[in-house]
Amino acid sequence: MATESVHELSAAYALDALDAHDERAYEEHLRVCDRCRTDLMSFRETAATLTYAVAAPAPPAALRKRIIEQAKAERSKVVVPLRRRWVVPTLGAAAAAAAAVAIGLGVWAAMLHGDLSSSRSAQQAASQILSNPASRRSAVTGAEGTLVVAPDGRAVLSLTGIEPAPKGKTYEIWVIKGQTPRRAGLFGEAGSVTLDRTVPNGAVVAVTVEKDGGVDAPTMTPHITAQA
Amino acid sequence: MRRDLAHFSDEALVALVERGDEAALGELYDRFGRPAYGLALRILRDEALAEDAVQEAFVSVWRTAARFVPERARAATWILTLVHRRAVDLVRREEHRRAEPLESAPEPAGASTEESAWLRLEGERVRAALRKLPDQQRETIELAYFGGFTQSELADRLGQPLGTIKSRMFAGLTRLRELLSEGETEWRRSRSTS
Repeated sequence: MATESVHELSAAYALDALDAHDERAYEEHLRVCDRCRTDLMSFRETAATLTYAVAAPAPPAALRKRIIEQAKAERSKVVVPLRRRWVVPTLGAAAAAAAAVAIGLGVWAAMLHGDLSSSRSAQQAASQILSNPASRRSAVTGAEGTLVVAPDGRAVLSLTGIEPAPKGKTYEIWVIKGQTPRRAGLFGEAGSVTLDRTVPNGAVVAVTVEKDGGVDAPTMTPHITAQA
Repeated sequence: MRRDLAHFSDEALVALVERGDEAALGELYDRFGRPAYGLALRILRDEALAEDAVQEAFVSVWRTAARFVPERARAATWILTLVHRRAVDLVRREEHRRAEPLESAPEPAGASTEESAWLRLEGERVRAALRKLPDQQRETIELAYFGGFTQSELADRLGQPLGTIKSRMFAGLTRLRELLSEGETEWRRSRSTS
């Protein structure tokens, strides 16, 4: 794609109007283009202002109450769920391709928060783990996917072909060594997730479906597992 | 404990939300819940779905406030972007939207007399800017933002080459950005003295 036309996608991206393939290309470009980051910030503001052009009827009073109640029920710190369903190629020989997919994850969310740099470091961590030839790869049972653990224990879990978490639910990852499952992150859809904690040799990584925000201990027997 | 949050900036409220302050979340909702609901309703044309979109967006505010950087975006922009993204995600799953006729013109907000003076003023400013856009640019932007159509869907619907749609969208939003910044200083001044 010509550079000029990628720049022009800033407007459509701000309007949430890009087709999927252009969106991926643009997000990739955004990582390296200061001009587009600046453009996008002002286009987002313009787009958001369009909101005021339409009628604004009062929402039902119960909506406010529900929002506050859900907020109270949740932890304030929760991993942002992945937005899209990604097709992650099989790892191993295709690790480089998988790393490329992982890099695309979360760029939109990061840009929205103006937090591209920390997201980029998370993505770099994921691609380091995925592309490190010394990383160990294990098959996942219960779903198509791969667990990749770097020599230092940092790990990426890549799953395909799973349904998005039901409304009000999230997938939660657990690292189990000994008797106690420890929380290792949340995600909403198929894709690649860098675990929040390291995976020791011989540990089991498991996935359960839990209520939004996650829980402290799994409430169900995991049906997706991998042996590190 | 009651606390008056009215004098806090939007950005200061987000900082309070980051620390788990539910009253601050409530105050943000009181400021933006109504335009957020109006936007979601316009996109989704279904009250229950619009409520879902607004609820999910505000819960996202609660969850991710720590990652909001006030130097890079206004809190209002951040919140409304979350609402828009959520509403568009939902409408793209709704098959019936595809069969509906085109309706690109936003309804005037004037009918609702209980609307705040601020919302009315802002609505007039934005609609005036939209009216100054060339028709084809306005149509493309309105269908994208309020209809949730992607560029290739718009090319199909409008019978235009994709490149034409892309050009119109970029030119239109660029022009709209100029028009809105022309009217902005005056409006901000009037808001701060109200």
